Amino acid sequence: MMRFMLLFSRQGKLRLQKWYTATAERDKKKMVRELMQVVLARKPKMSSFLEWRDLKIVYKRYASLYFCCAVEEQDNELITLEVIHRFVELLDKYFGSVCELDIIFNFEKAYFILDEFLIGGEIQDTSKKSVLKAIEQADLLQEVHTHTHHREKK
Amino acid sequence: MPAPIRLRELIRTIRTARTQAEEREMIQKECAAIRSSFREEDNTYRCRNVAKLLYMHMLGYPAHFGQLECLKLIASQKFTDKRIGYLGAMLLLDERQDVHLLMTNCIKNDLNHSTQYVQGLALCTLGCMGSSEMCRDLAGEVEKLLKTSNSYLRKKAALCAVHVIRKVPELMEMFLPATKNLLSEKNHGVLHTSVVLLTEMCERSPDMLLHFRKLVPQLVRILKNLIMSGYSPEHDVSGISDPFLQVRILRLLRILGRSDDDSSEAMNDILAQVATNTETSKNVGNAILYETVLTIMDIKSESGLRVLAINILGRFLLNNDKNIRYVALTSLLKTVQTDHNAVQRHRSTIVDCLKDLDVSIKRRAMELSFALVNGNNIRGMMKELLYFLDSCDPEFKADCASGVFLAAEKYAPSKRWHIDTIMRVLTTAGSYVRDDSVPNLIQLITNSVEMHAYTVQRLYKALLDDISQQPLVQVSSWCIGEYGDLLVSGQCEEEEPIQVTEDEVLDVLEGLLVSNLSTPVTRGYSLTAIMKLSTRFSSVNRIKKVVSIYGSSIDVELQQRAVEYNALFKKYDHMRPALLERMPIMEKTASNGPTEIMQTNGETEPSVPDTKHLPLVTQPANQANDLLDLLGGNDVMPVIQTTLPTKPASAGGELLDLLGDLSLTGGPTVVPAPAPSVPVSQPPFLLDGLSSQPLFNDTSAAIPPMTAYSKNGLKIEFTFERANPNPNIAVITIHATNTTEADMTEFVFQAAVPKTFQLQLLSPSSNIVPALNQGSVTQVIRVLNPQKQQLRMRVKLTYTHKGSPVQDLAEVNNFPPQSWQ
Repeated sequence: MMRFMLLFSRQGKLRLQKWYTATAERDKKKMVRELMQVVLARKPKMSSFLEWRDLKIVYKRYASLYFCCAVEEQDNELITLEVIHRFVELLDKYFGSVCELDIIFNFEKAYFILDEFLIGGEIQDTSKKSVLKAIEQADLLQEVHTHTHHREKK
Repeated sequence: MPAPIRLRELIRTIRTARTQAEEREMIQKECAAIRSSFREEDNTYRCRNVAKLLYMHMLGYPAHFGQLECLKLIASQKFTDKRIGYLGAMLLLDERQDVHLLMTNCIKNDLNHSTQYVQGLALCTLGCMGSSEMCRDLAGEVEKLLKTSNSYLRKKAALCAVHVIRKVPELMEMFLPATKNLLSEKNHGVLHTSVVLLTEMCERSPDMLLHFRKLVPQLVRILKNLIMSGYSPEHDVSGISDPFLQVRILRLLRILGRSDDDSSEAMNDILAQVATNTETSKNVGNAILYETVLTIMDIKSESGLRVLAINILGRFLLNNDKNIRYVALTSLLKTVQTDHNAVQRHRSTIVDCLKDLDVSIKRRAMELSFALVNGNNIRGMMKELLYFLDSCDPEFKADCASGVFLAAEKYAPSKRWHIDTIMRVLTTAGSYVRDDSVPNLIQLITNSVEMHAYTVQRLYKALLDDISQQPLVQVSSWCIGEYGDLLVSGQCEEEEPIQVTEDEVLDVLEGLLVSNLSTPVTRGYSLTAIMKLSTRFSSVNRIKKVVSIYGSSIDVELQQRAVEYNALFKKYDHMRPALLERMPIMEKTASNGPTEIMQTNGETEPSVPDTKHLPLVTQPANQANDLLDLLGGNDVMPVIQTTLPTKPASAGGELLDLLGDLSLTGGPTVVPAPAPSVPVSQPPFLLDGLSSQPLFNDTSAAIPPMTAYSKNGLKIEFTFERANPNPNIAVITIHATNTTEADMTEFVFQAAVPKTFQLQLLSPSSNIVPALNQGSVTQVIRVLNPQKQQLRMRVKLTYTHKGSPVQDLAEVNNFPPQSWQ
């Protein structure tokens, strides 16, 4: 199973963190710091996989954001890359040519999308259309006077 | 009170901060405002405030004061509130705090909500962070939803069930009925999550596995449809239909087919089909192939299929994509043991990967290369590996060097090749070889009798070039000390003999003594080598001088050695030739310490001839240890032997005198270990039935002895020694003594250790513990402790005392930390 997913920028700023196992806050911070260091130190010619503690790390860089997943020994790294890619596609469809700023200013939406795509680290639905439709419908349920607009940038 | 600022506004503001301090100030100000707003129980803006808090939490600031507010949001009727509330719960609450249990009721209500998106929120939250208590309370609700016809909810319920099972495995049973027709669903979301659920259940329970084996045909059918069906836009990824589902099905098939011939046969065809038909141009196709290969290798597939799988991996190795190469190497490493020949075919590609730029790929290629070395390819492979050793990063050198030594030992085509290879390693990666290589190499060299001249010559030449690499220097000094006479005699069959004088050799050795590059251990080696040459060279006076100079060395180790060597010159000169004689051929020990330890948990070793051999075989190392204990050092250097197999009787007699004044009763026994060929009929105090009894226990690396058991007059003391070369092995000698007035006969000592340890019990000295401390029974225990865990032992003692049998069990927990650290 996927243990956690992190999104962070080249400067080491965390943009999203989703943990699928119960971990103490202090430990989370430590792991994030450590892992960011390790991944940011990787050179472009290196593979997208590395061993870290007892986990396998699968990461990919999209523009200025690193998408980083920790999976277990028996998990398939190559398909994890596809999972990451699917998440990026969902974000892209939702925000329309997504960029890091979208994720910064609409982080809660990024979480909503992720939570509609994965539960407990596993894929809920393999259909892009289905996931996006669910988000759309849920967005419509949001009460009018809450001032959380669909897409707001700088 | 003005309306709290909006989330986006806050984000914008915080991002304008130019320094960390400025940011902190803004955050503190906003947090204060949020706190007072919370205190006022403001319903309207609670959602906005929590959202802002979540943003600040992501920046690393504390947000615990928002936890209860999340709960209030979850309880609200507004969807927007619930959405943020559940998100906040997932980010801020954790199962360690009791607060999270307050969610349980809300979740329960929301699981039954009329709006499926609310139900979805509840299922998602429970499925991501539900604690065991919450899972227990809500499992029933999840089970209900698992049976719904609403596929939106059913898929979420399935993953929620997976989480519940992970947290509370005993609840697995209750989900069984609901799984009945999960696979008949058309909806891919439900199919995918169902396969995940089935996988989880099968992995955790052998009964479930048996039960679900019957699903194999259905799974095969689903997979076949995916492959054969035409283009399906909804699930297509680069021309492949729902790769995620394909991969999950393949994984479930793997679990179901493992160790079951029928299931494996049923999936044979589909696996072959997937393996041959999947498009390999993109990562997604390769992901499926990868999973297929893993499945083929794990189930009971026919050999043709296995070869197909390995060939896929071989093709992967040639792929431009380094990720693909990486997984290929990982998989090959797993299969190299079972399908050795098939993997051999790809050897050259694997060896090429040694030159890859990626560190992980290089490491795997190295491990795989060592696994593939055999008698046929040793020369070629070693060439590549030595080249790799030359040019690789320091982090690889130690492992590579060890690997080369191991491979050379197993498959060396000739002794000369072996020694040349060792030389090459020592000269190119000399500072990275492991400490235990030095004694292993010395043993190897000793045993290659016909190569002595060649070896010492080559080592001497290497020393002339470079004295910085300590292992090389140590091995060289040792050899020069042993075979210096061959060196100056100018005899060498293997290559052109060099002309070197005794003085030149002594110059080199003395140079080592004074050089700043030499470590204290190395200095010890060279001093001893110089001493040995006193019986091989004629320039004894020079040697005497050197030795006496070091008698006042600041280095205590050197000083002690020099003083004792001096004593040899002065008082025991007649013994010197015998003591400094050539080393006998050492019997081969296993090259890795752990392999000699046999699992003998709780049973005493029967006195089988085999076990007698085993301790004998480790003699020379122990003898060396003993001597070093005498000298206070702990490197393995067989310097002076107190017992020699071929010693003349007179020298032997005086040796006994030398040791005669040492007490031999009770406490740490100081009986010298018998030499390999000493007959058993020797005087009792030499043998004492202990084949590997260390000589001077009490000076061994200062691990204090301990009383392990003391009851009813029976006292058992443990004394310790570290086994060289493997520091993970603790050698414990038990000494059983009896203070009562009657002997304890038929005494049997048994020991058991926890699972992570391994134990070997050697034969006891006798099974009578004499009364009134008139003697002791000793027995040697070897404990392998690779994880360096705290040593614990349970002992069982049985004996007959005054006619009645006595049995006792005890725990030994008071091991000194040095014995296991």
